Amino acid sequence: MASDRMIGARIRARRFDRGLSQADLAKAAGISASYLNLIEHDKRRIGGRVLAAVADALGTDPHRLSEGAGPRLIRALMAAAAATESDPPPEIDQIERLAADLPGWTALIAAQSDRIAALEARIAAMGDRMAHDPALSASVHDVLSMVTAIRSSAAILVEEELEADWQRRFHRNIDEDSRRLATSAQALAGYLTAGEGAAFDAVSPQEEVEAWCAERGFAISGDMPVEGDLSEGARALLGAVLARAGADASRLPDSALLRGLEDGVDPFALASGTGVDPGLVMRRIATLPRERLGRDVGLVECDGAGAILFRRPTAGFDLPRYGAPCALWPIFQALLVPHGPRHDVVRQFGRDARPAETWCSVALDHPAGYGGPLTARATMLILPGAAEDVPPTLGTTCRLCPRADCPARREAAIL
Amino acid sequence: MTDRQRVLLIEDEPNIIEAIRFVLSRDGWQVATHPEGRGAVEAVRDRMPDVLILDVMLPDRSGYDILADLRADEALRDLPIMVLTARGQSKEREMALEIGADVFMTKPFSNAEMLEAVRALAHRRDTA
Repeated sequence: MASDRMIGARIRARRFDRGLSQADLAKAAGISASYLNLIEHDKRRIGGRVLAAVADALGTDPHRLSEGAGPRLIRALMAAAAATESDPPPEIDQIERLAADLPGWTALIAAQSDRIAALEARIAAMGDRMAHDPALSASVHDVLSMVTAIRSSAAILVEEELEADWQRRFHRNIDEDSRRLATSAQALAGYLTAGEGAAFDAVSPQEEVEAWCAERGFAISGDMPVEGDLSEGARALLGAVLARAGADASRLPDSALLRGLEDGVDPFALASGTGVDPGLVMRRIATLPRERLGRDVGLVECDGAGAILFRRPTAGFDLPRYGAPCALWPIFQALLVPHGPRHDVVRQFGRDARPAETWCSVALDHPAGYGGPLTARATMLILPGAAEDVPPTLGTTCRLCPRADCPARREAAIL
Repeated sequence: MTDRQRVLLIEDEPNIIEAIRFVLSRDGWQVATHPEGRGAVEAVRDRMPDVLILDVMLPDRSGYDILADLRADEALRDLPIMVLTARGQSKEREMALEIGADVFMTKPFSNAEMLEAVRALAHRRDTA
């Protein structure tokens, strides 16, 4: 056995640790120094009574000497040592001793190393997704091809003495390419936002849950089974989403909801008429099948830090696929004034954006009791196609937003 | 006509083709084009240009596969090849050079830069 071959090294390491000579230890264990020497160099097997005596003299258990840290833990420690450079470097020849003396810390090092490796793999996968996403790659390629053609044609027009025919040709080419560039850039922006029911490779549990709900038209209910090819994290999250949908439905059943919607969609009126939280009403509206509501609907929920908890994308009001949303969205304004529910008509920048009614409210809670931390859940219902037209003031996310004078811009636009 | 240096451009974007053809023609090059990956290797063998400009993202076949095929052909091993690509990362550049590109040029490029690179490739071939 591999561990047998390490017994001698473990005994020697322990003996050094305790400042004993071979003669001292041999005498304490009742064996000769020359026999101990053979044992320490793994030239004699040790077991039974002699092992117990040596272990006793070293102040440890026999199994610590015979079994060591176990091959899995040793492999994990070796991997941890190899993964990161340090100065001074880890004492590889002392791994057995480390594991024997400090088993808890050793297990922690191994667990941390495993976790770092898993996180690195995840980061690599996400980077890989951006770098090798075929749709994104094709879209960027289109944009760059158009830019290349325009740049080359424009340079010819500026730098060369051209006959009229050639001038016309290159002007025409620039015109064609600039039109195509506008279309390609729009397609790229469209890709970078999460369109309604957009199919994409979900990476995070939240994306998996959104894709799962999108497949069902967001008509989710508490009695739906958590099924399908989902990660463990997504299963847990979906379970919570479905449980919330079930609890919401029990407080505001379909019959009451549909009756309340007969005169139009007004979540605040419906909430006060039924005595439930406005956010709950909005979630219920957003889980109605489109044919029952008769119009498009979107929903965004975030926590007190502004992190998105749940999204139902809708046409006409884009939600970003990558990056944080526009800070001017009414939901974030509502988050700043939690007791001031909002009803706005807004419009995003973008050719496909439509005026949208948004309804926002924030529910505050003390889940750990008063004195515990305060939590918030802000909800925004989005109803595209508002009758009132308004100029665009909002973006999707800073990187895709053209608004030059935005007071809340976090970073420059890429387009 | 036969005294003019010949360049073959494998590229699928018509207006990029037109711009490159114009710039090179004005500089005295005889420019032939091939608009797709299919048949590209045969086009190179037929025309035996002095310099090849090869786009990487062709609709039907990767320019890198074409490049590898060309370099595997004894007769084309020394053909000066400039690779054009919209992907400018260093990893991409390393891969192109490893497969056998002589020059790696990212889109968008300046006409002067492209012309200078083509001239340098031809000069290198003439003095080799």
